[in-house]
Amino acid sequence: MGIRVISPGLATSVQDLGRPGYYHLGIPISGGMDRYALRCANLLVGNAENAAVLEAVFLGPEIEFTRNATVSVTGANLPPKVDGDIREGWTSFDIKKGQVLSFEYLQAGARAYIAISGGIDVPVVLGSRSLYGLGALGGFNGRTLQAGDEIGIGEKSGNSLAARSVPATLRRMPGSPAELRVISGIYWHRITEEAKANFFEDTWRVASEADRIGYRFQKGRPLSFIDRKQPFGAGSDPSNIVDSCYPYGSIQVPGGTEPIVLHRDAVSGGGYCMIGTVISADMDYIGQLQPNMEVNFVEVDLDTALAVRHERNSGLQQVREIE
Amino acid sequence: MATRYSFGGDDHIFAEVNEAMSLEAFFTSLSVTKAVKESQISAVTEVCPANASYQIKFDPDKIKPKDMLAELKRIESEAASAEAVISTRAVEIPVYYDDPWTRETLMRFRERHQDPNSTDLEYAARINNFDSIDSFIKAHSESPWFVTMVGFVAGLPFMYQMVERQRQIEVPKYLRPRTDTPKLTVGYGGCFACIYSVRGAGGYQMFGITPMPIYDPQQSISYLKDFMVFFNPGDIVKFKPIDRNSYDEGVEAVEAGTFEPVIRELVFSLDEFQSGIDEYNKNIGEMLHGN
Repeated sequence: MGIRVISPGLATSVQDLGRPGYYHLGIPISGGMDRYALRCANLLVGNAENAAVLEAVFLGPEIEFTRNATVSVTGANLPPKVDGDIREGWTSFDIKKGQVLSFEYLQAGARAYIAISGGIDVPVVLGSRSLYGLGALGGFNGRTLQAGDEIGIGEKSGNSLAARSVPATLRRMPGSPAELRVISGIYWHRITEEAKANFFEDTWRVASEADRIGYRFQKGRPLSFIDRKQPFGAGSDPSNIVDSCYPYGSIQVPGGTEPIVLHRDAVSGGGYCMIGTVISADMDYIGQLQPNMEVNFVEVDLDTALAVRHERNSGLQQVREIE
Repeated sequence: MATRYSFGGDDHIFAEVNEAMSLEAFFTSLSVTKAVKESQISAVTEVCPANASYQIKFDPDKIKPKDMLAELKRIESEAASAEAVISTRAVEIPVYYDDPWTRETLMRFRERHQDPNSTDLEYAARINNFDSIDSFIKAHSESPWFVTMVGFVAGLPFMYQMVERQRQIEVPKYLRPRTDTPKLTVGYGGCFACIYSVRGAGGYQMFGITPMPIYDPQQSISYLKDFMVFFNPGDIVKFKPIDRNSYDEGVEAVEAGTFEPVIRELVFSLDEFQSGIDEYNKNIGEMLHGN
C-alpha cells in the first residue's frame, strides 16, 4: 500500500502517457492532458517519464501517505501542502509515512500532476494505467478517486530526490488570452470564406463543457457552411459528414455554433465535419484552460507546427538533464 | 473519385475515400488500412479504418509528415490493385425489437424527436415507406450488415446494410441528442445501424436491444475473456429478431457464462457479392442458422 484518499478532489484520476493502438476500436489514448507537466512531475521524483501519476482538476485531493515517498506537483498552480505547510510547485519534496498531502485553492491553470516516487501502482490494462472514464477502463477500478480508496505505490528506486526543481522558464503554461495554434484542413473547405476569417479573428471563451473528452468554445460568431446537396449517408445538417474518425485535437463545429476540440479521451469518430486540428505541441495547453478563459485560434503551417514541437522537445530535454 | 488527403495537425493524416457512403469506399478504407498495418512502419501509432474514410496517427519525431503522406500514397496505390476479398466472420446478433427499455427511454426524450407522437420504430418505418413495423423489422433483420467502423466510444460498431442503395434504410438522428441510452440498444442514424456498447448519451433512433454484451473492460464475460471488444471493422452482422423469453434466456446465459455467440468464418468477395446480392445474403443467413 502507499496512499489513502481522505478527500478525492473534483475528478482526480490515475494517468500515465496513455494507451495508443486501440483508437480503431473506439478506445482513446487517454493519459495526462498536459503530457509535458506529467513527464516533468515524474522526472522530478526519479520515475520513468511514463510512470502513472494523479491528475487533479481544479481542486486538489487530500491524501494520507502510508509510507515514505518523494512527491512533486507540476502543471496548474495548485500549491501543495504537507501537514498544512506549503511546498513549492514544480519542485520535489519528501513526505513521511503518516503525513497528509493537501492543496491550496487553484491559482492558475486547470490540471495538476502529482507524481509519487515509485509511481501509482494500479493494474496495466492494454499497456497503460490511465483511466478512460467513458469505458470504465484502467485507472483505479475504472473510475476517478473516491474517499477511502487505498492505492498502491510502486517500489521507489534509489535515494530521495527531494529539492529538484524545474526552472521557471521551463514551466509551460498557456498565456492570456491563450493561443491555440491550428493547422486548417480536413473539411475546412466546407465553411465559407467569411467563416474562415471569423474563426481566427474572433476571441472565444472556454465553455463549461470542458473535460478530458473535449473542450467546447463559445462567444465567437457562428460559422456558416457552403451550401451543397449532402452526400449519401452524411445526414441532413450542413455540418454533417459520413461518420469518420476524429483526430486528437480536431475541431468540429456542430451546427456551426460552438467549436469543440477533442482531447485525450476523445470520442474516436462521428458525423461532424472537422475544420482543422490543434498542433500537437499546443494540446498540453488545452489541459490547463479553465472555463470562461479567452482563447484565440491562430493559423500556422505544418513547418511551424514541427518547429514548435521541436522547441517543446528541447525544453523537455533540459528538464531531463536537471541534476 | 480519388482519395482526398489532409493533415490532421502535425501527427495525423486523414484520408477521405469518398464523400458518400458505399461498400466500395469502405472496402478501399479497409484494404489500405490493412496494408498500412502490414507495412509495420514503426512511426505509425494508430491505424483507423472508417465508413468511407480512414485515418492514421504517427510520431512526427520519427517520420516527417510529408514523408508519411508519400508513403501512405504508395501503399494506397499498391492496395488499390488488390482484389476486394477479405477473410472475415459472420455473427448473429439476437435483437429484441420494440423492447420495454428503449421504449421507456424514447418516451422520456420525446420532445427531442422529429415526431413526438410516434415511437422511433413507427417513425422510421413510415419515412422509409414500410406499411408496418413488422415489415420494417423484416427488412432490418433479413439482410446482413458490414461493420464499417468501430468507435465513437469503446467497442461501438457502425454497420452498413449489404443491400443496394435504393434499399438502404435512412433515418435522421434525434433533433437534439438524448442524455441517456440503455446499454446494448440497437440504434440507427443516417444510413448506419449501431449497437451502444455502454449506457450514455446518444442521438440515434432506438429500435431494440440485444442481450449480448459487446464490450467488457472487466473481461469476465466468457467470449470477451481474450479481448474486451467484440467487434472489428469488416465483421458481418445478421440480426435475429427474438421475443421477451429469448431475451431473458440470453441475459441469463450471459450471466451464467454459457452464452455462445453464433459465429461462422467466411471469405467475402465484393465482386461475388455484387453479382447476386440476395443470393449471397441468403447463403450468409443459411451459414449462421444452418449448421
